[in-house]
Amino acid sequence: MPTPQVSTPLDTDDWVRAEGARRPTEDLLRHRPGAPPHHVVEDPVFALQHVTVRYGTVTAVRDVSLEIPRNEIVALIGPSGCGKSTLLRCLNRMNDLVPDARVEGEVRYNGHDVYASDVDPVEVRRRIGMVFQKPNPFPKSVYENIAFGPRVNGHRGDLDALVERSLRAAALWDEVKDNLNGSALALSGGQQQRLCIARTIAVEPDVILMDEPCSALDPIATLKIEDLMRQLRERYTIVVVTHNMQQAARVSDRTAFLTLDVDEDRGERAGIVVEYDTTERIFTQAVDERTEAYITGRFG
Amino acid sequence: MSLSTPARSAAHAVAILRRPRGRTAKERAFQSVLFLATIVGVVVLGALLVEVLRDGAGRLEWRFLTNYTSRFADRTGILAGLTGTLSLMAITALLSFPIGVGAAIYLEEFAPDNRFTRLMQVNIANLAGVPSVVYGLLAAGIFVYLLGFGGALISGAMALTLLILPVLIVAAREAIRAVPSSIREAGLALGATPWQVTSRQVMPVAMPGILTGTILALSRAIGEAAPILVAGAVFSRRATSEPWRILEAFAALPVQIFDFARRPQQAFQVEVAAAAILVLLGALLVMNTVAIVLRNRYMGRW
Repeated sequence: MPTPQVSTPLDTDDWVRAEGARRPTEDLLRHRPGAPPHHVVEDPVFALQHVTVRYGTVTAVRDVSLEIPRNEIVALIGPSGCGKSTLLRCLNRMNDLVPDARVEGEVRYNGHDVYASDVDPVEVRRRIGMVFQKPNPFPKSVYENIAFGPRVNGHRGDLDALVERSLRAAALWDEVKDNLNGSALALSGGQQQRLCIARTIAVEPDVILMDEPCSALDPIATLKIEDLMRQLRERYTIVVVTHNMQQAARVSDRTAFLTLDVDEDRGERAGIVVEYDTTERIFTQAVDERTEAYITGRFG
Repeated sequence: MSLSTPARSAAHAVAILRRPRGRTAKERAFQSVLFLATIVGVVVLGALLVEVLRDGAGRLEWRFLTNYTSRFADRTGILAGLTGTLSLMAITALLSFPIGVGAAIYLEEFAPDNRFTRLMQVNIANLAGVPSVVYGLLAAGIFVYLLGFGGALISGAMALTLLILPVLIVAAREAIRAVPSSIREAGLALGATPWQVTSRQVMPVAMPGILTGTILALSRAIGEAAPILVAGAVFSRRATSEPWRILEAFAALPVQIFDFARRPQQAFQVEVAAAAILVLLGALLVMNTVAIVLRNRYMGRW
């Protein structure tokens, strides 16, 4: 198990690194006064406490508590419909876009309650980037795809250099450097997905959430993305939802196994986290028999 | 499944494949009816066009476009109506586009899904079906009399704006809704505000569709006589209209056509009216062509 890197606790000012002077610090995520400090993993990026997500009357995810350490790759695996994506989308408040989605419990990001009333979801999403299942570049040039995020975040500086740096970090620079003004839609699926990663990196987030980033890609493109994830791990915390168990085994440091729990008595079906541990232990000595059954391919 | 001999089952299969008598005739008859239904519209339209061309083509000279109306068919022209119609279209576009697109953006991107919003949506859809003369009366009541503009260009343009707003809003909403939500998610996930996502990512993609809808709505307005007549359009006018002289009296092509067609002289009733109709049809054709070109150029990007 890789030991969580011990870094100094971030104070509020560290949050604004690489940020232009768009918003005063007071507007940033604020620590809720009186909230107890929370340490299980040392200095976790995310700490979830009894998180339940409902869409209207349907419970998508029930009572999830887990911690996500800094600079690790955490994989969420499990059968379809078990709420992996829902859980992921809680972390940067993308579920806000679903009209009747409700999140209960506590999602703490660097100690700050992401769902506190004075938190601006726009600021949350700027720090917690997201890469989606289907590559979704903007119907614009490669350059404009990268430049959009920095621009709306008030980037002042050399945009060209930032675009190049982001594309290099996403291992795409050599393939697109001669055609930065070409349409992003002309790229292959794998290139588009790396462009989406580059675009996410360009706003210099803290965390990158990936929702089945390779499910629409061929095996070679998938390997490239996985290589990229391992490189990005040096600087970012990554939470990845995947259907592909080999992928989870290959790239992640920790794995959470979710499944759909059916409660016949209450007539309730909801996704739950069955087991969360280092990837090695999940794959070799799972404690819960449901995890083992899923890992060994007996269901799901 | 019966255990029949191979020979028998083969014969059976052929019998199955053969079409039952009578069905062919029925199908043919039905297809003919459908074909007739299709052809009725085309034939009627074609006949109308031929008729109008035959009557009006002879009168379609440059002079016809540059003269004001006259008592004499040889000297009459549609300059006042043509400039009036073009000015009406310009002002109507200027008024209806921002209001219509604004309403569409609000309803699609920002409005909460509550009873009030749904009520508005149903209302707008229903307004699209209200007879045009009703909008004319509304405009007459408000702009001509209450606000005291009188029978001015602006009154006519307001009447047409009211008329096409519901159509425009519905068309713009469709165009905005057609933008994949993955674009919105991508923008929001980068820390853009909803407004930044809407204005910089969604609107550019939706714009061709919105423009197409606007042009089609305007091409509905260009042929309307009733609402502008009620709002004060005059039959004959000896001055051009410009879109910036909004408080002046105005004439318009459809109203002039109506005027020509009810005059007693045969030359007016048939030939001059037909020539004016040809001009109006020409303007319509240009607008619809622009709309189709716009649509084709941007279609299939997703």
